[in-house]
Formats: sequence, structure tokens, C-alpha cells
Amino acid sequence: MSEDDEERADALFHALADRTRRDIMRRVLAGEHSVSALAAKYDMSFAAVQKHVAVLEKAGLLTKRRNGREQLASGDVRAVRSVASMLTELEQVWRGRIARIDELIAFDTTTHPDQED
Amino acid sequence: MPVTDVTHDLDALTLTITAEFAAPVERIWQVYADPRQLEKVWGPPSYPATVVEHDFTPGGRVNYFMTSPEGEKFAGYWRITAVDEPRSFSFEDGFADMDFTPNPEMPVSTNVYTFTERDGRTRATYVGTYETAEGLQKVLDMGMIEGSRAAINQIDEFIAS
Repeated sequence: MSEDDEERADALFHALADRTRRDIMRRVLAGEHSVSALAAKYDMSFAAVQKHVAVLEKAGLLTKRRNGREQLASGDVRAVRSVASMLTELEQVWRGRIARIDELIAFDTTTHPDQED
Repeated sequence: MPVTDVTHDLDALTLTITAEFAAPVERIWQVYADPRQLEKVWGPPSYPATVVEHDFTPGGRVNYFMTSPEGEKFAGYWRITAVDEPRSFSFEDGFADMDFTPNPEMPVSTNVYTFTERDGRTRATYVGTYETAEGLQKVLDMGMIEGSRAAINQIDEFIAS
């Protein structure tokens, strides 16, 4: 990875290494939210939530726009990924499922003979 | 590892993955036909799936939700389009509201799962297609958050042990 990539990865992992920020990301990836609507979801001050949103914005994970007095945030990580890397990510999800099927059927054969308690 | 082949078609936005399981076709079919088994394999351990409706017939729906470590639920559905037991089935996979009404803002993928048997083993071919790169992006964006969360939880466990 280049120095730029390393810095971007640092910002990304820092941004996502916080439970509230990951929760904010899930909401804004599903659709645009005003920062005040987001703030209402958490037991913390508007300023604290705004700070979290700023960290995510700096990492390139979300974008903000103004609409009158409101600030609207939406998730945006498309800059980070190409179609090739997206298919690779999807592949990892599927590999996880396949591994779990393999475990499930292995469990049949290992427990079948003496399963009764 | 049971995965034997993977193909990425960048133009068609299609992922094809082939796996071989040490069990006959009927056993692998059961994994999908039995909601209790399906929920064991569909979601990662950190995001377990719960199947609440399972009509495994053409036109039928499989409704499920996944639960985050914090207890938040995310609903999804399959709309079954074809069933040829135990050889193949096709379905559309999408996101839904908590009453399982499909969420039209979220992308839908088209999936075909095929199973063939040889010498008592099953070769499973999974093909999934997204209509647009933006659609695939959106799905992964949701998954990426789950993935990073799982990874971070593992670090927490490691430190705690």
C-alpha cells in the first residue's frame, strides 16, 4: 500500500473503531438522515453526535449537505472500492456461508452414532 | 476447504462460487428447505439470522431478520422464483422493513443455487447477480459495517482472554 492508502486506512479504521459511529454509518447507508434526527437516537449531546459525524466525514465514509437549517448526512464509501473489490467482498460473505454449511454437515456425521442422552 | 472455484464477472456484476460438500444432494437441500438449518448458515455468528417465514415454493417467501450484537434487527426476504427439488432453486434476495415489506430503496439480487451429486458428494454452484454497481455497493456498505464490527469484537475478545 502507498503512504496515502495507509493514511486512508488509518482514518477508516479509526472512524469505525467506535460503536456509535458504526451505528451512525448503518443508518446513513440505508438513507439520508439529518444530524438532529441522528442525535435524537443516542443518549448523548447534539455536539457529541456532530463530532462523530465529522470523524466519519473526514474518513470519507459519509457526506454532508445543507438543506435550510438542517445538515443532512448520507453514507458514501464508493470512492474506496472498485467493482472487482466489491465482488471479492461478496465472495467473503459467501465463503463464510459455505464454511458454515460444511460445519453443519460435519456435525451430523460426528454426532450421529451416539447422540442420545 | 470446500470452495473449489470462484468466478467474478465484472461486466455482468455476477459472482459464481462452486463448493463441494461431503454429503449427498438431499442433505445439502435440507440446509435450505429447513428454516432452522438455514438460519444456522445464513448469518455470521456475530449477526445470527432468524427465519420467521419459510414458504419454499415458487412465488413463496422466506422472511428473516439478522440481529446485531446490540440487539438491533435487520430484515431481509427471499422471493422464491423456481424450485426443482433437490437439484436447484432460484430466488430474489432483498432487504425489508420489520413487517417484511420489501424496501424498494435497497437493491435486490437474483440468485440461482444448483446441486449435483457425484460419488455421494455434492457439488454446489451459487450464482448471484446484481443489477447495478451501486446496488452491490449498498449491500456491501451494510456488510462492511458488520464485518468491521465482527473484527473489532474479535480483538476485544482477544484482549479479554
